[in-house]
Amino acid sequence: MDAIDVRAITKRFGTFTAVNKISFTVERGEVFGLLGPNGAGKSTLIRMMTTLVLPTEGTALVDGADIVRDPNAVRRAIGVIPQAMTSDLELSAEENLLIFAKLYGVPRDRRKRLIAELLAAVELTQWADKPVKQLSGGMRRRVEIARGLVHEPRIFFLDEPTTGLDPVSRTAVWEMLRKIKSERDLTILLTTHYMDEADKLCDRIAIVDHGELKALDSPMRLKAAVPGQNTLDASFSDMPPDWRSRLEQLPGVERVSEDGHVFRLTSSSAPATTMALMAAASDAGVTVDSLGVQSTSLDDVFVHYTGHQLRDALQEPSAADRHIMLRR
Amino acid sequence: MDRTLAIIERELRRFRRSPMLIVMSLIMPIVQLVVLGYAFGGTVKHLKVGVIDQDRGVPAVRLRAMAGAVAVNARTFEMIEYHDVGVAVQALRDGRLNGVLTIPPGFSRRVLAKDEPRVALIEDNTDGFVSGTLAATVSSLVGSYNLPPASAQRVLTTTSLDMVEVYPYVPYIQYLLPGSIVMSIFMMVMIGGGIIFIDDKARGLHEGYLVTPISRLELILGFTVSGAIKAVLAGLVLMTIGMLIAGVPNPFEPLRMLRLFCVILVTAMALVSMMFLLMVRMNDPLLPRAMFGVLNTLLYFPSGAVYPQQAFPQWMRAIAICDPFTYAVHALKSLVLKDTGFAAIGFDLLFLIIFTVVSMTAATLLFKRTL
Repeated sequence: MDAIDVRAITKRFGTFTAVNKISFTVERGEVFGLLGPNGAGKSTLIRMMTTLVLPTEGTALVDGADIVRDPNAVRRAIGVIPQAMTSDLELSAEENLLIFAKLYGVPRDRRKRLIAELLAAVELTQWADKPVKQLSGGMRRRVEIARGLVHEPRIFFLDEPTTGLDPVSRTAVWEMLRKIKSERDLTILLTTHYMDEADKLCDRIAIVDHGELKALDSPMRLKAAVPGQNTLDASFSDMPPDWRSRLEQLPGVERVSEDGHVFRLTSSSAPATTMALMAAASDAGVTVDSLGVQSTSLDDVFVHYTGHQLRDALQEPSAADRHIMLRR
Repeated sequence: MDRTLAIIERELRRFRRSPMLIVMSLIMPIVQLVVLGYAFGGTVKHLKVGVIDQDRGVPAVRLRAMAGAVAVNARTFEMIEYHDVGVAVQALRDGRLNGVLTIPPGFSRRVLAKDEPRVALIEDNTDGFVSGTLAATVSSLVGSYNLPPASAQRVLTTTSLDMVEVYPYVPYIQYLLPGSIVMSIFMMVMIGGGIIFIDDKARGLHEGYLVTPISRLELILGFTVSGAIKAVLAGLVLMTIGMLIAGVPNPFEPLRMLRLFCVILVTAMALVSMMFLLMVRMNDPLLPRAMFGVLNTLLYFPSGAVYPQQAFPQWMRAIAICDPFTYAVHALKSLVLKDTGFAAIGFDLLFLIIFTVVSMTAATLLFKRTL
């Protein structure tokens, strides 16, 4: 049985379709990422899977339970970290965990041990008694991660777990999630609009844009599927007039473009093209002023499947924002 | 049930860590009790009355002597002699005098001839309380002046009224105290319950507990009970402090305390459920703040807490009939001012309980378990 089985799920707010007939499955033990810009429908999707929002059509089975027909069974099986910081600021880290252990009905004898273990896992043992409002953003996120695991869920949902955190705190949160995952039998589903986060953490990624599923595979395979996997950016001096056509004939090169003094070579094999380029330059007496080699990033994958840059999508008002503006 | 207890524990732990919240919800009712209590409760004194005696006869001197006695003893007014009506009236218009008592020429002659003797009181009627007090004092002065000396009559020939007061004298601050207790409950319900509830919602905090297996009923029960505990605490603290400030006789009589506790508990439940009904579908954190002032005025003043309801126009009485404050204030007044038993407040309690059940049922039906 899959951990999560989403079946043609749709959510409409009035005439606006936030999620349009998305289907996918998440295997047990997998770290699954939903990647997309703000307003792509990721949060609506995760809110439906965590029983916070009812789907308009379709359904999903989470740990075998139907989110519409048996939401309480779903709630018992899952841990959720919502997008907003939802710890009680006046309470200490330990009290936050304690209250949620009680809300989840964790038996008294197991509560204390579990809370201590989890606070140790997120490295907050020495801060356990401090009110959450005195902790940094990264530490608050870690309190929430511990809180989401206090009832030993089998499936863990995280909605943009590192949004708003500085780079050091983000890396710390990733480390923590990896460690927690390695110690437990846990399936993780997270949403993110950070390429590096999806790349580093996830076994498989679903690219979501405008409420639709655009692609789904492992980061490696997604990258491999994009033509012209590697790019070489180089600048030269003392070039012969036919230099561009010579570059086009190098092994592996699929396309050559020029941007000022910089040539961009799209290649199917970066090592072969690089070796041949250096040899050709040496033969023709051309000096290589600079050379940069880049393998395909998830950014390229995103552009390939959605037709626009993720950062562009982040800047324009999201579909959900537009929907809110319309409602107002 | 454990989950309900967890919600209550969460709310009360947060409450304990917010001392400002506790202070804020008590300060306003206490300040209002003390300031309004002393501002409205006192008797008007030291009014400035100009006296112009154009007669100077013996009866006029007697009248002035009686007025002088009031000035010295009751101190309702102070007398200032004037010789010119024009000057005195100008002083009245300039605000240096509150009234001018004129004894016209020929007053003594008319008194002795029993020929409609008259004196005049010219008053600044822009302040109803002041002119009312002055008119009443001078009227009774003239009334006393007209009475023949007591020794002249062996048997009273006119009807006199004897007043019997059932309860000891009630200063205005004591009259105001029940309203202040209800207001402290309302403040705590609004600030400590409603506003925090909507703020939590706006910050997304409620998503945290909506993803747990807690049921709708457990959630509502948790919020109601914790809200009621906070409100009862506020009511009890204000009751204790208020009784001491207002000087209620025998303030800690155990049986009365028990009855007061019951009324405060039922009032807290009624106001919490009313608040919950108002907030159940609200998302904008500005709304409860905007509603707060309007609700406070709309519930507090028509309740009879500061002024008797019999003086209200019809539309305001209609508000008073539906206003839970009315019944809470009435019940608390019965207990604080008259020390009555449950029989006198049975209807108030019944109304508040029905109000609670109706609002709570409506709120539960409207409550959404999803976002």
